[in-house]
Amino acid sequence: MTTDRRGAREPILQVKGLVKHFPLTRGVLFRKQVGAVRAVDGVDFDLYPGETLGVVGESGCGKSTVARVLMNLEPPTSGRVLYKGEDITRLSGPALKAVRRNIQMVFQDPYTSLNPRMTVGDIVGEPFDIHPEVAPRGDRRRRVRELLDVVGLNPEYVNRYPHQFSGGQRQRIGIARGLALNPEIIICDEPVSALDVSVQAQVVNLMERLQREFGLAYVFIAHDLSIVRHICDRVAVMYLGRIVETGGDAQIYEHPTHPYTQALLSAVPVPDPDARGGRDRILLTGDVPSPAAVPSGCRFRTRCWKAEPRCEERMPELAVPRAFRDSGTPAEHPSACHFAQERVRVLPGEEPVN
Amino acid sequence: MPEPSSAQDPAESVGNAGAGGTMDFAAEQAGSLTAPPPGEHLVPEGGTTTGKPRSLWSDAWHDLRRNPVFVVSALVIVFLVLISIWPKLIASGNPLACDINKSQDGPAPGHPFGFDLQGCDVYTRTVYGARASVTVGVCATAGAAILGSVLGGLAGFFGGWWDAVLSRISDVFFGIPIVLGGLVFLSVVTNTTVWPVIGFIVLLGWPQIARIARGAVMTAKQHDYVQAARALGAGNTRILLRHIAPNAVAPVIVVATIALGTYIALEATLSFLGVGLKPPTVSWGIDISTASTEIRDAPHMLLWPAGALSVTVLAFIMLGDAVRDALDPKLR
Repeated sequence: MTTDRRGAREPILQVKGLVKHFPLTRGVLFRKQVGAVRAVDGVDFDLYPGETLGVVGESGCGKSTVARVLMNLEPPTSGRVLYKGEDITRLSGPALKAVRRNIQMVFQDPYTSLNPRMTVGDIVGEPFDIHPEVAPRGDRRRRVRELLDVVGLNPEYVNRYPHQFSGGQRQRIGIARGLALNPEIIICDEPVSALDVSVQAQVVNLMERLQREFGLAYVFIAHDLSIVRHICDRVAVMYLGRIVETGGDAQIYEHPTHPYTQALLSAVPVPDPDARGGRDRILLTGDVPSPAAVPSGCRFRTRCWKAEPRCEERMPELAVPRAFRDSGTPAEHPSACHFAQERVRVLPGEEPVN
Repeated sequence: MPEPSSAQDPAESVGNAGAGGTMDFAAEQAGSLTAPPPGEHLVPEGGTTTGKPRSLWSDAWHDLRRNPVFVVSALVIVFLVLISIWPKLIASGNPLACDINKSQDGPAPGHPFGFDLQGCDVYTRTVYGARASVTVGVCATAGAAILGSVLGGLAGFFGGWWDAVLSRISDVFFGIPIVLGGLVFLSVVTNTTVWPVIGFIVLLGWPQIARIARGAVMTAKQHDYVQAARALGAGNTRILLRHIAPNAVAPVIVVATIALGTYIALEATLSFLGVGLKPPTVSWGIDISTASTEIRDAPHMLLWPAGALSVTVLAFIMLGDAVRDALDPKLR
């Protein structure tokens, strides 16, 4: 699935060396920079048309900052975001507005992402007010009703206000707004983490259907590993502002080689009482270091059970580890660890692979 | 009005117990909970009328016309404005024609409210006093609200240097004691109209509104819907007018309508000190000030202008309240 979608096609979005530091200043009158929160510290990935790239990691690892930089809501400290070869972080004015038509966003919290004082019709129709060339004035009402229909909402509800809808319905309104301009890429910043579990599945399935119908490419940011596996073709695991491992969903979920990914996956709950105790959970000690004081060398070394002096001295690059290079196994995918080792995931309900 | 309860989505109650966070989430859910094909809605038909699209403002106006509080307060305000412009509509006498022999006399035929200290007719003076008091109250409030919300709103929205400079300037104005400032500022003015008084009140009143507006805008600015509008390519003007202003206006309305009463009372204080409106001008403030010292001997002198002031302030506060509620869809 991964290879046939990627094929020989050009990536639609390329992120190269993305860095976003938030300065820490001191002083009231004369501001002096005393440090920086290194929210994103060198992230590279490609997104191909029609695919879903999952970005996972724990809170504070820089996932949402990546989304905001991709949307040009924040300027990056350095690095480039290329949309079809054009660096969008340096655009402004009409050129930026034109690019925004093609990259849209679905927000995490459906309770604050919709203006409570606008009707649903106004919310979904606002993209047409901002980009009048997309739909002629007389056609907008019909387009809004179509969009509501596409996301499974009653088009009769255009005159209602967001508070009259449930969380799942609000997220559908947010998705309809994102679809209005026929974008090619939708950045989803934890689109289901604020929803009930029963509603999460509906929204995820809606997003999959829309991807098939409109050929959308998603950057799907989440911390729920199960949902990411369900929807994503490729997964990037982030830790403290850097991608530590990336690969196809089966490669990451069943053949993780980075210790952090292995620890993360071992924490996924298994709904099987018999499996209790039988799983070998990796319990990490300590907390995530502050992004304002990042450890030298490998960022994960302070919590890693494999850490050796070498990890402190040299930062491991995100590349296919030497042990798996040209091995042809699923473990052959980029992993930023000096001591990358495969650890086969035992899936619930499956026999252990020997 | 559509009933909100029918907006419940029946399909959203479909449970998938135990599926949260499992690895085989995909396999379990893919088959059972696919989204409905287009055209097949999750929500039942009915409950809404297919009319022309509505907006916040048309909904608010629709709501206000049916709100008795709004209708009553608006009628009171219209009446006050009418007698401010044409006091002769309801009062035939001359507010400056006084007979000192009738000083502090009670009600008499043709003089329902009695007479004041100078023997002037309290009814006529109360009617004629509306002009100065309503002008000062409305103009000073409008001036302070517009200046304060524009400056404070822009400071809250753009932040940075503009915000720092504006906040310090408003601190300076906060530091000026109103009465002392009035004595200094207005004693050099020889103009006897209401405008210097209005100008002075606006000058000292805007920082209060600006602080409220700045805070409200900073709160509204943080919401995701502002980011969403920016991600769509909306400019600052659209974001300010369509997204921030409707969500930040409520506290400004509340503070401004309460300030209106304070401003009329402030005019009275300044007049009492001899730096506000000068005696040939008739105002509630002047009458309340002179009557307050005689409250034991002739309470009617205080009662009528003070009552008129209270009704005016109440009408504006109720109007502001009704408008604020109408602009909040959650309260409908």
